[in-house]
Amino acid sequence: MPPVAPRSGDAIFASVERVNAELFTLTYGAIVRQLLTDLEEVEEVNKQLDQMGYNIGIRLIDEFLAKSNVSRCVDFKETAEVIAKVGFKMFLGVTATVTNWDAEGTTCSLVLEDNPLVDFVELPDTCQGLYYCNVLSGVIRGALEMVSSYLNGRLGLSVDNLVSMKTEVTWIRDMLRGDDAFEMQVKLVKQVPEEYPYKDDE
Amino acid sequence: MQFFGGSEISPSPPVPTAAGNNAHMLYVFNRNGVCLLYREWNRPLKTLSPQQDHKLMFGLLFSLKSLTAKMDPTSADKGNLGVPQLPGQGCSFHSFRTNTYKLSFMESPSGIKIILVTHPRTGDLRESLKYIYNLYVEYVVKNPLYSPGNPIRSDLFNSTLDQYVRGLG
Repeated sequence: MPPVAPRSGDAIFASVERVNAELFTLTYGAIVRQLLTDLEEVEEVNKQLDQMGYNIGIRLIDEFLAKSNVSRCVDFKETAEVIAKVGFKMFLGVTATVTNWDAEGTTCSLVLEDNPLVDFVELPDTCQGLYYCNVLSGVIRGALEMVSSYLNGRLGLSVDNLVSMKTEVTWIRDMLRGDDAFEMQVKLVKQVPEEYPYKDDE
Repeated sequence: MQFFGGSEISPSPPVPTAAGNNAHMLYVFNRNGVCLLYREWNRPLKTLSPQQDHKLMFGLLFSLKSLTAKMDPTSADKGNLGVPQLPGQGCSFHSFRTNTYKLSFMESPSGIKIILVTHPRTGDLRESLKYIYNLYVEYVVKNPLYSPGNPIRSDLFNSTLDQYVRGLG
């Protein structure tokens, strides 16, 4: 029996159970609002949103893999494409574009024109340092950490290295701050080599 | 592996009836080797303690994955034996069969390994293992009270799994 082909983002989006977009946006807004009230410091809220995103990401990856049937990506470039086209489509209903690759292929930007999290949102003057969508950066970071990837030869290591991807995700452009789109920079910072978990003690 | 088709020396067990459970046992491991779930429906012979059994099973699969990739006649690039292999990259094994049981295996890119041991006349279980992975996502991953990396303690998951496995051919 031949292996099943990976499903496109649209196909999966059509088949999963969806929630009302406004409910989603307003619920997220309520979460951010509550965090601002509880923590007061905008930096703290940013960190907390990122942590929440991370906790979501480490679970989301399994749902993503189960529903989309993608096999392991050959390199980081393919990984970024899959996140932008299949991942975002499946969970948020929008696709992102991948741009701005650096020379080594370890850093790229994900650009979102349309972002359901920020509908109806305006940042007041008291919250100017807030990264409203920081949960998204946490989700990507968490999900990538759970997936191993083939480390390509360009980074100076042998092609056989199996590594887990530790990334840093930062916001470059933010529509709530007046830019024309949302742009996240995903940078592969550390490759933690995967080893056989049991030591050879017996 | 039957060399002589010999049924006198080591006969196969009878095919279970539809009423009984068709599977012997199920293991679920995560990428760190932690055994998240072990279900047993029909296992008359037990030789090792559970911890040793889990370690042995995990080690077996680790080695088998590496070995099957190295023996691949169609692949051009061969690394060192002992280096962990990526499933979906080149060849990945999915089952082996002996005269008394068949072991079916599936690994997700996130390192979740599902192993199902059934009677030897079972067909290809890859779709079933994918379905079990989906069940894992729905009942375990999406459960906010479950912490990833810990053994699964969910009655709902266990009973849904039992029901599904009972229906397998």
